Amino acid sequence: MDFIRNFPFFSIVLSLFSGPLSSILGGKWAKRVNVAVIVLCGILSGAVLWYVCRTGEAFVYSMGHFPAPWGNEIRAGILEALMAVFFCVVMLLCMLGGIREREEEIEASKQSLYYIMVDLLLCSLLALIYTNDLFTAYVFVEINTISACGLIMIKQNGRTIEAATRYMIMSLLGSGLLLLGLCFLYDLTGHLLMSNIRESVHALAAGGQYQRPLLVAICLMCVGLAIKSALFPFHTWLPDAYGYSTVSSAAILSSLVSKGYIFLLVKIFFRVIGFDVFSGSKVIHVLFVFGIAGMIMGSVDAIRESDIRRMIAYSSVAQIGYIYMGFGLGTTEGVIASIYHVICHAATKSLLFVAASGITDASGGSRYFKDLNGAGRRNRLAGVAFTVGSLSMVGVPMFAGFISKLFFSQAAVGHNIKMLPTLMALAVSTILNAVYFMKTVIRIYSPLKTTVTDEKAAESISRERMDGKPAGLPEGYREITVRQQPVKAAAMILFILLNMVLGLNSEPLAGLIERGLDMFS
Amino acid sequence: MSRKVPREQYEKTLSFKLKTWLEGSRDPYVGNLEMRPQSLRQEDEAVRRRLQEDKKQARDRAYDTEHNREMVLFKKLYRIFSLLFCVFLVSMLLIGVADLPPFGEADKPVNNEVSQRYIEKGLQETGAVNIVTGMILDYRAFDTLGESHVLFIATCTVLILLRADQEKGKNGAEEWEANDRAYEPKNDVILQTAARLLVPFIIIFGIYIILCGHLGPGGGFSGGAVIGAGLILYVSAFGFARTERFFTAKTYKWMSFGALACYCLSKTYSFYTGANHMESVIPLGTPGAILSSGLILLLNICVGVVVAGTMYTFYVMFRKGGY
Repeated sequence: MDFIRNFPFFSIVLSLFSGPLSSILGGKWAKRVNVAVIVLCGILSGAVLWYVCRTGEAFVYSMGHFPAPWGNEIRAGILEALMAVFFCVVMLLCMLGGIREREEEIEASKQSLYYIMVDLLLCSLLALIYTNDLFTAYVFVEINTISACGLIMIKQNGRTIEAATRYMIMSLLGSGLLLLGLCFLYDLTGHLLMSNIRESVHALAAGGQYQRPLLVAICLMCVGLAIKSALFPFHTWLPDAYGYSTVSSAAILSSLVSKGYIFLLVKIFFRVIGFDVFSGSKVIHVLFVFGIAGMIMGSVDAIRESDIRRMIAYSSVAQIGYIYMGFGLGTTEGVIASIYHVICHAATKSLLFVAASGITDASGGSRYFKDLNGAGRRNRLAGVAFTVGSLSMVGVPMFAGFISKLFFSQAAVGHNIKMLPTLMALAVSTILNAVYFMKTVIRIYSPLKTTVTDEKAAESISRERMDGKPAGLPEGYREITVRQQPVKAAAMILFILLNMVLGLNSEPLAGLIERGLDMFS
Repeated sequence: MSRKVPREQYEKTLSFKLKTWLEGSRDPYVGNLEMRPQSLRQEDEAVRRRLQEDKKQARDRAYDTEHNREMVLFKKLYRIFSLLFCVFLVSMLLIGVADLPPFGEADKPVNNEVSQRYIEKGLQETGAVNIVTGMILDYRAFDTLGESHVLFIATCTVLILLRADQEKGKNGAEEWEANDRAYEPKNDVILQTAARLLVPFIIIFGIYIILCGHLGPGGGFSGGAVIGAGLILYVSAFGFARTERFFTAKTYKWMSFGALACYCLSKTYSFYTGANHMESVIPLGTPGAILSSGLILLLNICVGVVVAGTMYTFYVMFRKGGY
């Protein structure tokens, strides 16, 4: 039984080892190894989740023969194990959902490099989740950043290379700020281990010493991680990176990479600085304001887009805004709502990216709205999946997004000053979400010329099609048939099920998150 | 057809409906729901042409950067605000640093039990005379494991970006022209003589730094960098034809895999035994001997191999996109 305590370490090492292993394998075997590693890590993390739920307390695992403040250490509690399981599931589905696009868009000789990136990305996510040491977190943030750059530019054209350059510059700026903050904290406390730092920070806060450097350190870490997870004013790298990279990359980047940083931020709030010190500082108001600004501005940008992938990417900006707004409330309920939203958004956004690729396939590869008419009828499953994802994003009951919006408003109601802005922002943002997502859903189900009853309109359509003028559609457009790919279809169905489960069965999951947060302190 | 249910009955079942719906041959809305296409704009030729011209003019005016007043104003403001922002950021950081505990003070928080144990017990516990090596490769070996994979993944990213397909270079004089190999300086006597004299010493020095990393200043990272520099000097003097004999893409692949796998497996053993409170069978040896301090020597060699390979790969990728 106690053997399960080794599993977090095993899952990290397994994914770490599979990276170099893939470098000597061909593309096909690298793919198999990758799928096997993701499944194994998911199973191992599942066992850890079961174990910590049973014992009811978190455990630490020292990496090596030296105990914690001297050696490295990892720690597993309910929240860590839950996130690990969830990340593995979403990553597996993302990889399955983009399987054919990868084979088409990536050069054959570089396929195995892609799987190296994904393996090491998984490893860094697991290490970020389980680590109990700030410097270890920084090392794996580096791996995460570099592999994300690789994921963006593996589809080699000008757009993706530009996007990867932008991502790299912004993300390295974020890493640098995080490292600066870490140095400040180390200088103030003399520790890198999270629990020891928290003790020292509490002593400093109680004694009123070094208040200014402490505030600067908190700011630096918050801003660094906010840049890396694309909070509103720092989101400029996001639309290109998500919009032009290959499907599975876009899905993984939006649902896992940014969420890994957000989870690290949660860990820093609770395990490094201490939540009472953090919520007593002024930083939360800044996060709150920028979170709300992101909710509105991201949606406004998404409405203006005429490209379906970029629209979904901008919608991520809005959703990240929700998460930071939850942090900004400064209550445990707010953080629970944010973590629930992390999970919901990861499940929904990757579903949307995979479904959007199905829709663009059914429109002759075009991603512009004017060509998408009727795509939901040519590729039924992708249409349904996109609709489910949109409904979830808008926040219709039965789907995942509704629950997190409910949690956000519940968390806001108890708050004196921030209640009104939060509720209003939620309302406005929901309407804006509905504007662009429902616009797309209506577009993919509206016909080109079928069942036209109006004689005159039918005539004008046929005339325009003969002239080949504004409709702007290629000849033979209607005849595009899409062969359902079984793997992708399975991934989409599983994504839809995951969304429904999150939307209909939220109680146990929210309970787990609450218990996990209790374990943090 | 060996279906048990007759055709008419089968067509009424849900599974048949789902199947036809998925295939797209049946639409439940057709006949039940009236649908109209989106209304089409009816414009005549003149109106459309005028609209297009308007659009073009507006675009030209917007992108005429020198005469667009908003643009000029924006550029000025942009500069002023970025300057102000930098000043603000710098002053914030300076204020933060000014309040930090002063450098070199005895009762700084940094001088606590952690560094005390590293200094006082480092030699007994790790067997490494060089405390820094003992810290990075034994006390905090997990961080260094991650760090060596950072190098590995950075190389992979550079390979994605810069590696050219080998097949392309072999056909046609035109591509040979475009290939940088054709323009390599092949007979630079000064460079070749200097390289012939220096490269052996550089590489031997690098190996020395790696092997003695646990006894004195040095270690895998610095020694690997020195070896990588030696290789780069060699390839610049003698060209790729000479290095291809011993360093190809395959060599790099197996080298880095071997080193990282060795690091990963040996450290997995020591993490596993450490966390489960088992005795490790690896002896620490006598401090000061070359074969001492447990796994540190092996790990230093692994790190050195990875670093040297990474440096050389970066150079050749940026130079011509292949080994």
